[in-house]
Amino acid sequence: MREIESKAVTQAVRQLCIDANCHLGEDVKECIRCSRREETWPVAQGILDNLVKNYEIAAEHEIAICQDTGMACVFVEIGQEVHVAGNLEEAIHEGVRQGYHDGCLRCSVVGDPLRRVNTKDNTPAMIYYDIVPGDGLKITVAPKGFGSENMSQIKMLRPSDGLEGVKEFVLQVVREAGPNPCPPIVVGVGIGGTFDKAATIAKRALIRPLDSYNPDPYYEELERELLEKINRMGIGPQGFGGKTTALKVNVEALPTHIAGLPCAVNINCHVTRHKEAVL
Amino acid sequence: MEIRLTTPLTTEQTKTLKAGDSVLITGVIYTARDAAHKRLVEAAQRGEKLPLEIKDAIIYYAGPTPAKPGRAIGAVGPTTSYRMDAYAPTLMDMGLTGMIGKGKRSPEVVESMKKNGAVYFGAIGGAGALLSQQVQKAELIAYEDLGAEAIRKLTVVDFPAVVVIDCEGNNLYELGKAEYLKTQE
Repeated sequence: MREIESKAVTQAVRQLCIDANCHLGEDVKECIRCSRREETWPVAQGILDNLVKNYEIAAEHEIAICQDTGMACVFVEIGQEVHVAGNLEEAIHEGVRQGYHDGCLRCSVVGDPLRRVNTKDNTPAMIYYDIVPGDGLKITVAPKGFGSENMSQIKMLRPSDGLEGVKEFVLQVVREAGPNPCPPIVVGVGIGGTFDKAATIAKRALIRPLDSYNPDPYYEELERELLEKINRMGIGPQGFGGKTTALKVNVEALPTHIAGLPCAVNINCHVTRHKEAVL
Repeated sequence: MEIRLTTPLTTEQTKTLKAGDSVLITGVIYTARDAAHKRLVEAAQRGEKLPLEIKDAIIYYAGPTPAKPGRAIGAVGPTTSYRMDAYAPTLMDMGLTGMIGKGKRSPEVVESMKKNGAVYFGAIGGAGALLSQQVQKAELIAYEDLGAEAIRKLTVVDFPAVVVIDCEGNNLYELGKAEYLKTQE
């Protein structure tokens, strides 16, 4: 059994919070640059140029790319052969606490959804655990902004709605969101599983690199088709018109019940942030 | 070509602005978002004096990240405006003439804008680092306990924004999309 000190977890999470919020991933940057090359609408070109400037300034001064430094979504893949000495969960929250403080990141979490008092340290993190074979510990921090989170939806489709029903729902969610989630957006789609699992895989779809496609060609085709249709809507960057409404659509699927076809659409903005570390 | 605006933003100025115009704002703007709006409107309903001069003011829907040493402010892009829709008409009735945010507004807000001669500007959502460079000074003036949601008085120079909805109710989200789609036919 491999032993990992919980302090190492805290340190890793601290650093990942800062890195993710200040340094946009290469995959997202490339996607923005590529969209800029293909964009024909002048207003949209100007906005995309400014988004490039923005992530360059953020990286240079190590300040947040966006003021909504999000809720810290932390994905933990923990090997069966690993033992974490100490309290793993508390170690993660402590890492978020330190990262948000030391990185001058915004504390945007209220301790209760209705009584709404800011916790002032951006905890608790939203943690997703997976137990996997081996003796590794992989941590991914994905700060999630709520301008886009608020535009996300889930629907329990009927099996008879099928592929067309899924497409229609995804396009409807993007259309309704319009300019609100800071387009160009990244669209995470979760199909199948249960009510909650569909939402979870939709969120996981957002941390899949934007230069990747679903390994199943059936879903790769769906990703390509949805992106093309979304980019024909004309919403454009910031909703001011243009081609670049979305940078990428990532679809994940799971087995589901004979009676169901859950479909979750998790929207992210162009600041699609995630950084990972392996301990 | 950008139109230069200096605060206070009078209705003489707002009346000349059209949806789609690019502007550069110089002067004082105030940050306020969900929780601050709730308090402002509750204070107004109780007949109390507001902690900012609302007449001809611009409110920026934003909650910045903390400033790093040597900088006036952290990242400071706009938040989604519709969450302030319930409160905005009350503030416009009190003299508010400009709102900076991103995203759609309710018909009630647009009606109030037409009635009061107010405009709704869009700043680039997600470009908080870029926009922070136009802020020279940030001063916390009310509701400190709200943290990022406290009201801050920002001194800005050439702060870039676009008129999304003008005081006649013309809406760039509809016009821009329609014009772009026309080129795709």
